[in-house]
Amino acid sequence: MFQEQGVLQKDLDRIQTENVSPIKWIISFLNKTFVIAELEVRKLRHDPTELLTRAAQPALWMLVFGEVFTRVRAIPTGNMSYMDFMAPGILAQSVLFVAIFYGISIIWERDLGIVHKFLASPIPRASIVLGKALSAGVRAVSQAIIIYLLSLLLHVRLSWDPLNLLGILFVVIISAALFSTFSLIIACIVKTRERFMGIGQVLTMPLFFASNAIYPIAIMPDWLKAIAHFNPLTYEVDALRAFMINGGTSLYGLSFDFGALLLSMIILTVIATVLYPSVAR
Amino acid sequence: MKILELKNLTKRFGEFTAVNSISYSINKGEIFGLVGPNGAGKTTTIKILTTLLPATSGEAYIGGYNVTRNASKVRRIIGYVPQLLSADGNLTGYENLLVFAKLYDIPSKERKKRIIDSLHFMGLSDSANKLVKSYSGGMIRRLEIAQSVLHKPLVLFLDEPTVGLDPVARETVWEYVKVLASGGTTVLMTTHYMEEADAICTRIAIMNKGNIAAIGSPLELKESIGDADATLNKVFEYYIGKLLESEEPGGNFKDVSRTRRVAKRLG
Repeated sequence: MFQEQGVLQKDLDRIQTENVSPIKWIISFLNKTFVIAELEVRKLRHDPTELLTRAAQPALWMLVFGEVFTRVRAIPTGNMSYMDFMAPGILAQSVLFVAIFYGISIIWERDLGIVHKFLASPIPRASIVLGKALSAGVRAVSQAIIIYLLSLLLHVRLSWDPLNLLGILFVVIISAALFSTFSLIIACIVKTRERFMGIGQVLTMPLFFASNAIYPIAIMPDWLKAIAHFNPLTYEVDALRAFMINGGTSLYGLSFDFGALLLSMIILTVIATVLYPSVAR
Repeated sequence: MKILELKNLTKRFGEFTAVNSISYSINKGEIFGLVGPNGAGKTTTIKILTTLLPATSGEAYIGGYNVTRNASKVRRIIGYVPQLLSADGNLTGYENLLVFAKLYDIPSKERKKRIIDSLHFMGLSDSANKLVKSYSGGMIRRLEIAQSVLHKPLVLFLDEPTVGLDPVARETVWEYVKVLASGGTTVLMTTHYMEEADAICTRIAIMNKGNIAAIGSPLELKESIGDADATLNKVFEYYIGKLLESEEPGGNFKDVSRTRRVAKRLG
């Protein structure tokens, strides 16, 4: 017999007397977050083609836009070549593109009942949100590797210092997590694929162009400067520039960049955790 | 032994009353069927009981726990199979179960054995390492049931468990559900198929516009309309009236577009 009598009562008693010490809870919380991320990584392992097709867009930006603007010298980038200036921006851009449409998977999973299944299970809501964010981070790391290789071919002055590489890894993962959680929040609000795609397109442009990704903020008009300073992408690019480029420096200071990214991530995670259960209603 | 108890459970969406003060209890090992036309309140009831939706008023208890106040405890003792094929097509059958075993805190040393037992029980051992998108509809349904009983829930919720399945696959699912119930799992299911309710349910509640129109064993319901040999369809028509064409199972636009999406995803 698959399910013996008696086990049920025992399980019920176990739940009743369950000891929820904070440390146990945190370990279980992290565990479940990793399981959600693991689920996504397993899917990628079965079908990794998505990762390669995503590389086309950043490649085109660097080859076409980058090559042209390096020659035109229209954008003041100080003692950096334009290609050096732009490479971290393009990495940030591809992380943004990986993450910003991530929320559509929630709508998809809602329609299939997967969200309902998760919500009816004992996984903390925040674990689901963070696990998804982490898996966006994994996808983003694959982009970072591809862009590093592209940059190598285009003679960008790359840093290979292991500490810097570690820094890039961290910035890329947290940024992907941040923008994918932002995307999840939008999905929770708009609730349909069509509206989501429309809004996703509309948001991507200002997020990308109102930042220091492909030109310095200094050349912007004041009102746009103000917006760029509230855009997390600005701090992502700023940190990447310091880590990725030999002789690159951070304009705002790395600890400020990290602080800005972490703070945005925490705020967005809280909002997403509150909104996520409403998807199933 | 009462496993599930509803007391004046009510859910309103603005002016609309989806579930209107319903009360009943379900005993251990029962297969309890909720039937009724679309919009009768079946899905809303299931959503409240599976902690997805808060009730407007009234109470519901599962294994003695209040579904609103003790939601996190209730989630540990229920299993839920949604209406659509929700197993992940891009993972293998084994992986689908593994992820849920981890999410339900099944100890790592027990995990493998439980998954293998459960795949064996559902007749899926040979396909354990194949991607689920290569499974048939009946296999996916069985996998989902396996997934939802890994943690040995007290109550298993099945939302239209055989919708879209061919007759053979349907009967196979029935057999598994019956075996689970005879082992002590209480099952609450919704269905549009009267012959399904007749075949496996120990008791049935016919819902209409948020109310319980009739409740009892299939035989009791038939006797209640004065014809013990009647089909359950007759009973249904007696209490609800004939189904409108647009309310036939799988007939409306939403159902069709959903089914197509599932087919596309699995194809």
